[in-house]
Amino acid sequence: MGMNVTEKILSRASGKATVSPEDVIFVNVDKAMIHDVSGPGVIKVFEKLEQKGINTDKLWDPSKVWVAEDHFVPSADMISAQNIVLLSNFTKKYGIEKHFKYGMGQYGICHTLSHEEALVLPGEVYVGGDSHTNTTGALGAFAAGLGHTDIAYVLLNGKIWFKVPETLYFKLNGKLPEHVMAKDFILKIIGDIGVDGASYKTMQFGGSGISEMVMEERLTLTNMTTEAGAKSGIIEPDQETRDYLASRGATNYNEVKGDSDAAYSKIYEYEAEQLEPTVAKPYSPQNISPARDLSNVELDKAYIGSCTGAKLEDLRAVAKILKGQKVKIRTEILPAAISIYKKAMKEGLAEIFLDAGVTIGPPTCGACCGAHMGVLAKDEVCISTTNRNFPGRMGHVESKTYLASPLVVAASAIRGKITDPRDLK
Amino acid sequence: MKSSVIKYDKDNIDTDVILPGQYLKLHDYAEIAKHAMEGIDKNFHSKVKNAEFIVAGKNFGCGSSREHATIALSQSGIKAVLAVSFARIFYRNAVDGAFLLPIEIDENAYKNISDKDELEINTEKNKINNLTKEQVYSMKPFPELIKKIIDAGGLFNYKP
Repeated sequence: MGMNVTEKILSRASGKATVSPEDVIFVNVDKAMIHDVSGPGVIKVFEKLEQKGINTDKLWDPSKVWVAEDHFVPSADMISAQNIVLLSNFTKKYGIEKHFKYGMGQYGICHTLSHEEALVLPGEVYVGGDSHTNTTGALGAFAAGLGHTDIAYVLLNGKIWFKVPETLYFKLNGKLPEHVMAKDFILKIIGDIGVDGASYKTMQFGGSGISEMVMEERLTLTNMTTEAGAKSGIIEPDQETRDYLASRGATNYNEVKGDSDAAYSKIYEYEAEQLEPTVAKPYSPQNISPARDLSNVELDKAYIGSCTGAKLEDLRAVAKILKGQKVKIRTEILPAAISIYKKAMKEGLAEIFLDAGVTIGPPTCGACCGAHMGVLAKDEVCISTTNRNFPGRMGHVESKTYLASPLVVAASAIRGKITDPRDLK
Repeated sequence: MKSSVIKYDKDNIDTDVILPGQYLKLHDYAEIAKHAMEGIDKNFHSKVKNAEFIVAGKNFGCGSSREHATIALSQSGIKAVLAVSFARIFYRNAVDGAFLLPIEIDENAYKNISDKDELEINTEKNKINNLTKEQVYSMKPFPELIKKIIDAGGLFNYKP
């Protein structure tokens, strides 16, 4: 029996001829990422190691490590300002050159930078100190999130253990209809399999619907595999992958694809034409409903941000709806990286947003994780392009977040109630 | 290990309630611990004075990769979480950072263990003795590598 793409990447990285699900292996890491939350956490681990006499003088390979400032930037308060100083001292000490600092050109949410800057390439093993590291798997890499101790171990040793995951294969037949986005598809999947439906497993996406999907939409799928408990999400590289990477200057890499007789632990099939605008109600991403069935839900706020829902394609979708309209509720748009912000300006999207009454903010994880810049008050109700809606996720523990596609969020911003974009006219 | 239980009769206890996002900027372990379980249980800190075990349902620790969640619990005095299943990053963080033991139990044990029950856990024999109810449950044995990392005292002490 052959190996699927994930097994092939892990077999190469572990130096084994073949690997199978359940094998526990040490793999060599190609790229690693920390940000302003996991970075200081890793620094803390380093301090403890030093106290125990473990040498932390040198990283395994500083050229393979990159650093993002995203969660609490622009610095929310004294502690987060101090964390940025810590991070800067760290990158200086260890000679890490790829440090994307806010206020100094390109910066943004770590997962967005991973693809915008082509920091990770097909076939690579990439680990990040953030659960949504899965996002980058859309480029055809094995991408998984780890905690501070594990990332510290990677930074010093260049390797980490993994249990080879089983792979769930999600096949999308046909092109998504107008008004339906990748977000609707992934919410539907999470609704079907549950928030632990892919625990410890890989979610692979394929089929004609994926072939037709632009890279930024594919990234929404892999991004939210985390919400089904998955270790990673992956899409085999194709011409879209090559074009996307080439436009960012990356052409030299070793593509990996699964064997034709590869095994999958389960195959799920979806017909694109049957999908519709879908919303996840509080307090779980699996708590889904057709947007149309929620048209009575009154909203206080619309939030368009995060690695999930503030890529250029997301902003284009929002602009399509907001053009010539006025928002009825407080609406915030935070492009996920400066490069996207700039493109949104150039394409005239920013003007459409401002004319509609929206506030545009700088790239930040900000309110998506309840950190700062637009958090919710008690009992406030928000519709959001982000990825999680657990109690307290975006602010007060008694606030409510509905998760939806950029199209649904924009349509809802105009009406002040949850709105299926098909019902706008 | 012998102690009493704080039970949460709930699946999917996520990292946002174990340690809310607004505190992710904190990195001092004692400061982090002050906010443990703030999103789900305001009385956690008084309960944890007399209990070192948490018992919960499926998918404990789902959501973010924040190691803060395991730090918050362990610094508050929690030595083991007994759950029907764990989210993968929480599990890794608990083991690799040697913060606490993530012990997988079956539905029967989960249903039978009550808040404040006194348990004795034997990870060598994979047995959990409920001293209050005089019941014995089995725990899922740790996989080989996990056991070695636990015995070594965390990933950095483990020699592959």
